[in-house]
Amino acid sequence: MNKKWLSFPYILWAAGFIIIPLAMVFYYGFTDRDGIFTMENILAILSPEHRKALFLALVLSFFSTLICILLAYPLSMILAKMGNARNSFLVLIFILPMWMNFLLRTLAWQTLLEKNGVINSILHFLHLPGIAIINTPAAIILGMVYNFLPFMVLPIYNALLKIDPNVINAARDLGANGLQTFIKVTLPLSMPGVISGITMVFVPALTTFVISTLLGGSKILLIGNVIEQEFTQSGNWNLGSGLSVVLMIFIVISIIFSTLSDKDGEGTAI
Amino acid sequence: MRKLLHRTYIFLIIVFLYAPIATLIVLSFNASKTRAKWGGFTLKWYQSLFHNEVILEALSTTLLIALLSALTATFIGTIAAIAINGMKKRNRAFLMAVTNIPMLNAEIVTGISLMLLFISMGMRFGFTTVLLAHITFNIPYVILSVLPRLKQMNPSTYEAALDLGASPFYAFFKVILPDIFPGVLSGFLMAFTMSLDDFIITHFTKGPGLDTLSTKIYTEVKKGIKPEMYSLSALIFVTVLILLLLVNRTPKDRKNITLSRQEEVLQ
Amino acid sequence: MSNRLIDLVNISKSFGSNLILDDMNLYIRENEFLTLLGPSGCGKTTTLRIIGGFESPDHGKVMFNGTDITSLPPNKRQVNTVFQKYALFTHMTIAENIAFGLKIKNKSNAYIQDKVKYALKLVNLDGYGSRMPDSLSGGQQQRIAIARAIVNEPKVLLLDEPLGALDLKLRQDMQYELIRLKNELGITFVYVTHDQEEALTMSDTIVVMNQGYIQQIGTPEMIYNEPENAFVADFIGDSNILPSTMIRDELVKILDVNFACIDKNFGENKPVDVVIRPEDVELLAPDKTQLNGEVTHLIFKGVHYEMEVVANGFTWLVHSTKLFPVGTKISIYVSPENIQIMHKPVSVDEEAVSIDE
Repeated sequence: MNKKWLSFPYILWAAGFIIIPLAMVFYYGFTDRDGIFTMENILAILSPEHRKALFLALVLSFFSTLICILLAYPLSMILAKMGNARNSFLVLIFILPMWMNFLLRTLAWQTLLEKNGVINSILHFLHLPGIAIINTPAAIILGMVYNFLPFMVLPIYNALLKIDPNVINAARDLGANGLQTFIKVTLPLSMPGVISGITMVFVPALTTFVISTLLGGSKILLIGNVIEQEFTQSGNWNLGSGLSVVLMIFIVISIIFSTLSDKDGEGTAI
Repeated sequence: MRKLLHRTYIFLIIVFLYAPIATLIVLSFNASKTRAKWGGFTLKWYQSLFHNEVILEALSTTLLIALLSALTATFIGTIAAIAINGMKKRNRAFLMAVTNIPMLNAEIVTGISLMLLFISMGMRFGFTTVLLAHITFNIPYVILSVLPRLKQMNPSTYEAALDLGASPFYAFFKVILPDIFPGVLSGFLMAFTMSLDDFIITHFTKGPGLDTLSTKIYTEVKKGIKPEMYSLSALIFVTVLILLLLVNRTPKDRKNITLSRQEEVLQ
Repeated sequence: MSNRLIDLVNISKSFGSNLILDDMNLYIRENEFLTLLGPSGCGKTTTLRIIGGFESPDHGKVMFNGTDITSLPPNKRQVNTVFQKYALFTHMTIAENIAFGLKIKNKSNAYIQDKVKYALKLVNLDGYGSRMPDSLSGGQQQRIAIARAIVNEPKVLLLDEPLGALDLKLRQDMQYELIRLKNELGITFVYVTHDQEEALTMSDTIVVMNQGYIQQIGTPEMIYNEPENAFVADFIGDSNILPSTMIRDELVKILDVNFACIDKNFGENKPVDVVIRPEDVELLAPDKTQLNGEVTHLIFKGVHYEMEVVANGFTWLVHSTKLFPVGTKISIYVSPENIQIMHKPVSVDEEAVSIDE
């Protein structure tokens, strides 16, 4: 059964629209406007403003990833324990919200978080102190968690489903109580899911420019914002590409981290 | 007690995920033009929506790109999945790695890389460039949704069809396609949804004259979102909700298959 | 034998509307190899899980050494389980797997190392301690699962179809291995299987179950030679089950022919079921007995020939080392001690059993 030729259309497409474009980012990143090799665009990350933007992006995406794990793990455990009802919950949590435009959904948090917004009105009604997080890094973290939480839940949930219930029973049988079973068996066995969840949340959070634009006011610049501006406003593609190459180094590190942890190679990740 | 705790937790998560959506639906009935103030109940935005040509055009562009890109991606992706499934291990691993790039890489990088490509090819930025970009990021979803189905398939069924005298073409349509169809369908739906919801890649590959709903909303952020946008989103959301409820009434195993496919793809 | 270790008292369990166990009573003695045998869905695994503490019965009590342990969680019970498909911890080495229970109990490192070494030796996997479970064959993983359970020195080892995933040859080897282990450890084994051969080979006591009811409890010999009802007779080995009439003590009418037997106290002219094992059917020249017939099928089975003989409208299954070609006219003889008389099912439950066939 020779189906080799069937792969040609896709190989051509992948070469033309995935590999070559990526190569061009590298080309632009390592050259100046005249096409001469330079490291300047890469080293530009060291300038104070870029360094600050990268650092802030790393910090915010770190915290949003952490919060996602803390929220998603219990949720995944509950979902994995549910019977048939869980399918409708999964749709409710993952599929349905996507049909409301993601910009509008994120924007709606402005209305919720504003000084006279919905949440503060409720807090005020309950005679509780209001919150003022709109246009702060906290609001950006909230937006990241809001947008990327599903990508943490799904891999963890799948990893938990894969665990043979008898393995849990075996731990109990050998004398472990509920907590010991969780720490010694459930948690380590679900680690591949957690780690691929980390990649799936960390990468988009690190590179976003939309959430910071919508919820951070115009004052807070993340590395994503800097790159976006180089392309759409300053028109310095070489600098933008150079910074993207730096960004990709972080992405590759996080992917390697995730593939190394996924020992069985089954790919709980993508 | 424990069950109550679980239910409360799920309820809180759903509140968290749906609070903005509820907000948007409420805003679509807000008589006041600004988000910040409640000016009483009105249906006028739903009426004016149907006269707002800018929004309607963005909507039709969005839907057209989603449909065309999902269809093309489903076609190319399904064929690619069949080819990948039949490949030797090393080739397959390589092609899968390439396939994973658009999914793992930052969207902003995918966006600018395609932008640089289109510039260097001297293409005019507009419908075509956006469509090509969407097909590119949609194909992996189709491949990853069809492949598991192919892997489950008993390779002998195809050979049995040939053995019984079917031509490869006939065997494909009568034996392979029906078997992998749930995967193909969920791949298509996934691609359609992703295309519809995309902003970042469209942002970098669109021309000045062209707008999808996402890019339209983004440009309106600074000036203030037109209330008709809220009513349109509310309409889309409610339509999908109703469709999903209808689908949930169809036989259960069918639904489970589609959903589990979506899970696999989403991973 | 020695005293009762586990007592299951009036145990009932259902899942949803599915009644799995109905008012079951069973005791397990110290140092006994007891096998729960039956087709899938008969309630044998549920019984095991109730003993292990993974299910709690809807009604009834589980007694252990005279104390009620019905609501005791699995980690507090003095029993350990060898699970179906092993259930090893794939993220730990073999040694870590075996040490798991001991670490939980805060045993000293020296003690744990000693025990792990001993357990590995016991299951003939010396030197495998640092390997990962995935690198072992199915049979080896099975032994590790056993080692992991027995280092905790349980009073009772529960085994849930432990050999189900192994191939035939390996299964037979492991059967002997298990008997050896049992003798060496001197503890109680409760074993679940649907394989009657396995049950007959290893057990001291077999409990035949079907549809939530115990059909018969006895030694392998008793179960095989004197099945109490048609279900047991049919489930254990091949057999001819014939509806007959007990004329009086020691005389039964099978297919309108009177046979001498050794059973008494069934009453006079009472309908009964008769079980005759295929190897107990003797074929003689025609008219040697009153039951004449003809050989209709013949298959060579290695140890013996398997034949089908039609006599008085009934198709008999016959095992014989002597060859009777198809078409041979013969007569049938069964010696009295090989005729096993059984009561006709009377209760609805027993009826259900026979309908199930």
